[in-house]
Amino acid sequence: MIKLEHVTKIYPGTTSPAVDDLSFTVPTGEICTIVGPSGCGKTTTMKMVNRLIEPTDGEIYVLNERGEMQNVLEMDPIILRRNIGYVIQQIGLFPHRTILQNMGTVPKLLEWDNTRIRSRAEELLDMMNMPHEFLDRYPHELSGGQRQRIGVARAMASDPPVMLMDEPFGAIDPINRNLLQNEFLRLQQEIKKTILFVTHDIDEAIKMGDKIAILNANGQLEQYDSPAKILSEPANEFIEDFVGADRTLKQLNLIRVEEVMDKKPFLLQSTQSVEEALKAMDEKGQDYAYVVDSDRRLQGYVSRKDLKGKSGWIDEYTTTAATSLPITMNLRDALSEMLMVDYSTICVVDNRDRVRGTVNTAMVQEALMETHSSERREEV
Amino acid sequence: MEEKTSFWSRITFSDIVDWTLIPILMVGVVISVYIWLLLPIEPGSMEANIIGDPVSGFSNVWAAVLQHLKLIGISSVLAILAAVPAGILITREGFRDFADIILGVANFGQSVPSIAILALFMGIMGIGAPTAIFALWLYALLPIVRNTATGIDEVSADVIEAARGMGLTNRQILFDIELPLSFPVMFAGIRTASVINVGTAALGAFIGAGGLGNFIITGIPLSRERMILIGAILTAVMAVMVDWILGKIEDRLVFRRE
Repeated sequence: MIKLEHVTKIYPGTTSPAVDDLSFTVPTGEICTIVGPSGCGKTTTMKMVNRLIEPTDGEIYVLNERGEMQNVLEMDPIILRRNIGYVIQQIGLFPHRTILQNMGTVPKLLEWDNTRIRSRAEELLDMMNMPHEFLDRYPHELSGGQRQRIGVARAMASDPPVMLMDEPFGAIDPINRNLLQNEFLRLQQEIKKTILFVTHDIDEAIKMGDKIAILNANGQLEQYDSPAKILSEPANEFIEDFVGADRTLKQLNLIRVEEVMDKKPFLLQSTQSVEEALKAMDEKGQDYAYVVDSDRRLQGYVSRKDLKGKSGWIDEYTTTAATSLPITMNLRDALSEMLMVDYSTICVVDNRDRVRGTVNTAMVQEALMETHSSERREEV
Repeated sequence: MEEKTSFWSRITFSDIVDWTLIPILMVGVVISVYIWLLLPIEPGSMEANIIGDPVSGFSNVWAAVLQHLKLIGISSVLAILAAVPAGILITREGFRDFADIILGVANFGQSVPSIAILALFMGIMGIGAPTAIFALWLYALLPIVRNTATGIDEVSADVIEAARGMGLTNRQILFDIELPLSFPVMFAGIRTASVINVGTAALGAFIGAGGLGNFIITGIPLSRERMILIGAILTAVMAVMVDWILGKIEDRLVFRRE
């Protein structure tokens, strides 16, 4: 848990506060994204938690490993920082140190022995899906995305309960950023850190945050809520403008394919005969059907036209389906995939490639209609 | 599996050239000078007194080489000991304001002609090696102070911020991050200062500090070109070798990004 109480920062030589009377609480194990226009004090807010910047007024508490709320302003900043993971946009890996030494920075400060540091570093590389060979490489030998993963891994090295991340994926190209975001969200499911995540990108804030704190240009908190609430019930005009006119579309980010898909789709077994298949398609009134094997793994699809007048087993007439969607994908990404392929219905598969359902654009629209109507109901 | 390669098989032709070319050339120059020393000299001339016969002449030259090394060695080491801490100090919070003053003093030392510095301090400290060493020390300060400060300032602010955010103390940031990363620039300053010192030390002979400059300043009024050239060539050889040796040390110590 991270708790801010009436935190204010006035930089010397200025009269207007950079951060103005900020109070909010990040529950344990959640990601809170702080977002706002540039100069809104979001980075200042974050840096006050590990006292890289000293607040002018207010109190900040952090829940430590022993389950005690600690007033960070009463702690030795050096000790405090060693117990809070810290990731910045520019990563700041030490160029003269190997990846192992980089990841071992905080453990070394905490006087772990070398065997423990090494095994922890290997564990972290496993988490990041990176090979152990990287341990003895130098940062310049890695790509930008790999360096950023190491930056995150380094911050988690001593397994701190709280992490601060300042635009951690901001300097990465869009494709890799998306990948890193997804990887990190998956990781967070396991590690359940309490995270303060600064970003200037509202889409990233919506995607990464369990809670979003939106600050205005004067460093005041405009709304602190879950992404769904912020999108469906913006507190005021500022928030409405900030999240953008396409906020309905953005809500698609928050819904997973799993929630809207047809969980009992019409499927054919690859071991079925053509005759059986045609009969089943007639019954359901379908012209196309997806074909799965005995493990429900997607084989492809067949069309009535291809089967008409044929005999034997349907796997002979199966066309490979190029696209399927992972069950965890959000609707926005799913919709974009759907718009790109020319079949109306796409299979949704789990992480073992088994078909769990099908989805089409009509289902997405239906989901949107629902959020809309619920919004309207609340307004009335 | 990583292929096992022996040390010897990894040495390339360019490595061999890199390690031997300069020393071989310089040994060649020194041998030529020595052979030249063996040529007959008019007996009773001043040149003979200084360079003497082939055997004692060699020992005179050798003594001058050692004296020269002493002048540059002591002055350079003292300059490093004074200038590196000064360079670090002016990058510290609260001392940045003094950067201009310290760099100004060092700049002053650098901009006054070396011969004038020698003359100035001869008036205060008298003649002899200590005065020359002091002047050389003063002269070597600037490149080292400036490069130390520049090297530290050039360390990426992101790296420092990451270090601070992870809970390194100021001392740890200095010794574990800033100094290792600024070392290439700092060492370049030390190298420059040392090489400049070899040439400047030749002027030490004017105030009785000895060294290779003796041959030059004695040879000029007597129009003994052999003496002048021996002093000049050996000074040049020494400058090249100091640069080469420090370059090799740099290769060993300096962390390279690429």
